[in-house]
Amino acid sequence: MTQATKDHTVHVGLPNALWAPAAAALALIVLPLVGLIVRTPWNRFFGLITSESAITALELSLRTAAVSTLLCVLFGGPLAVVLARGRLPGMRMLRSVVLLPLVLPPVVGGLALLYLLGHSGFAGQALDAVFGIQVPFTTAAVVLAQTFVAMPFLVVSLEGALRIGGERFETVGATLGASPWMVFRRITVPLILPGLGSGMVLAFARCLGEFGATIAFAGSLEGVTRTLPLEVYLQREVDVDGAVALSLVLVVVAIVVIAVARPRAAEGLR
Amino acid sequence: MSSGLYAHVAVQREGFSLDAEVEVGLGEVLAVLGRNGSGKSTLLSAIAGLLYPDRGRIVLDDRVLTDTAGRIQVPPFRRRIGLLAQQPLLFPHMSVLDNVAFGPRAAGVRKREARQAAMTHLAEVDATEFAARRPARLSGGQAQRIALARALATGPDLLLLDEPLSAVDIEVAPALRALLRSLLWDRLTVIVTHQVIDALVLADRVVVLEGGKVVEQGLTMDVLTRPRSVFAARLAGLNLVPGTAVPNGLKVADGTELTGASEAIDGEPAVAVFSPGAVTVHVDQPTGSARNVIRDRVTALEPQGALIRVRGSGGVAADITPASAVELGLSSGSGVWFVVKATELAVHPTHGHHAVTAGDPPDVEGAAAAAAWSSADH
Repeated sequence: MTQATKDHTVHVGLPNALWAPAAAALALIVLPLVGLIVRTPWNRFFGLITSESAITALELSLRTAAVSTLLCVLFGGPLAVVLARGRLPGMRMLRSVVLLPLVLPPVVGGLALLYLLGHSGFAGQALDAVFGIQVPFTTAAVVLAQTFVAMPFLVVSLEGALRIGGERFETVGATLGASPWMVFRRITVPLILPGLGSGMVLAFARCLGEFGATIAFAGSLEGVTRTLPLEVYLQREVDVDGAVALSLVLVVVAIVVIAVARPRAAEGLR
Repeated sequence: MSSGLYAHVAVQREGFSLDAEVEVGLGEVLAVLGRNGSGKSTLLSAIAGLLYPDRGRIVLDDRVLTDTAGRIQVPPFRRRIGLLAQQPLLFPHMSVLDNVAFGPRAAGVRKREARQAAMTHLAEVDATEFAARRPARLSGGQAQRIALARALATGPDLLLLDEPLSAVDIEVAPALRALLRSLLWDRLTVIVTHQVIDALVLADRVVVLEGGKVVEQGLTMDVLTRPRSVFAARLAGLNLVPGTAVPNGLKVADGTELTGASEAIDGEPAVAVFSPGAVTVHVDQPTGSARNVIRDRVTALEPQGALIRVRGSGGVAADITPASAVELGLSSGSGVWFVVKATELAVHPTHGHHAVTAGDPPDVEGAAAAAAWSSADH
């Protein structure tokens, strides 16, 4: 089966057998959202999403997600460049390690952070002894948990952008007398800005939705560690209407993020 | 040699090996000819510092850039070697002007002065009108001219050209080649190419690489008119007649004048280039205008694919069908007239003039005289 399109190119047709499962997959993604929208208590909606606890949670979520995204850029950015351009042995294994938070259940990540930085963890004990700092169950713990789970999104999309671009322009820069630092600053960074943008949006979205690692490592203290997803979970126990309304807020934020980043994000991850 | 380039590069890879030594004197242009996989690009990468050879030593103007024995490898950005590749590779996020100013900026020149210098170099390649443009809005030929300006703006001690004309449109290649000639003639340059015309127009000397080895080297005209290696012969494959450029053509040492499209300046050394396929063979003196007629005697008839190659004693070769050969009754010793249409003959400037000043005058003159009327072909 072939079909002609507007630009007169002829594409090989799709097998009919694919349409039904594809539609089912799409339905699985879209229908729950419809269910959520149908269930939303529209008469109380505005009041629910502007309650003091909701606003506090949303503020905390936005603040921590922003800081986490920044940390992802400051540390994950250089990591992506090293992974894409570095010539060290074992680079392939490092690349897989970076993907770990992506495939690990977030709650496991949170526990791992707890047993590193908690009062029984060796790093936690050292921090407490030397600086008197206790990380778990603080806003800093929220930021760390979010950075942990979001880092692969930034690294992967940035590394993809670096690989697609290749090293050709950097080589030209070197033959023009530019030091590695100048090449990085004036050629590498400007050329990967689109990839960086999409990576940041994806990382931010992942931070905003973070639940498992946060609750395991940071707990759920209002105003300190109770982010919006945690608030939704808590509300579900006491007032289902509130949970649904806040869920819808998260859905809207997610859709906005996807609308802004999707085309480029797809390129970055290719 | 105290000034210039000395490079010995040996690289061994699976299914590929390179072990070549080249020298380029002060202000000289060297062409490295070879087919794909002959190692010419690897040689260039090693000189540019983009590849560390297994064994080798590269010295530029008394500066040791690579020495595998002493474990020396100067990084590319400290070599002061410019590189112009097949693709212009202009930085897409900068204007044309900032592309050209990049080198001076990297050398620590202030932004304003760097841009002024860039403007001067853009003027050299006749591209000032594009200064404010983004590279995406340039044609391939324009972009390559600007890439040349960018490479020259750093004031490199050595310029490396890697097939600089192979990716530009065939219509703009001659103009770009002429530009390269005008900008490179007194500049230490190594140009890698598989185009005979590039070597002919741009280079004082030629090195032929085959299977990673230097199989032939010498003055450009010598190598191309009297190729000793199989590859150089196949590469050349063209009739080359040296002489002096005159309006609309070329005057040969014996006084014969040939007419054709000319890129050379009157009175300068030049060479008429035409393919054996463009030559017709007559046993009676032909008539008609706009034709170049060369009287000669057949020395050999050789099969050339489905055709017969007729070789003249002066070196001109012609490819004709076996039927014509029979019809003309050709045999070794036959007197013939070789005829080439003016539209099939091109006159290119050569580097003979420069070679005379830089090299060994009597030798060069002798070589040119001996090369007269010889042809390079299969």
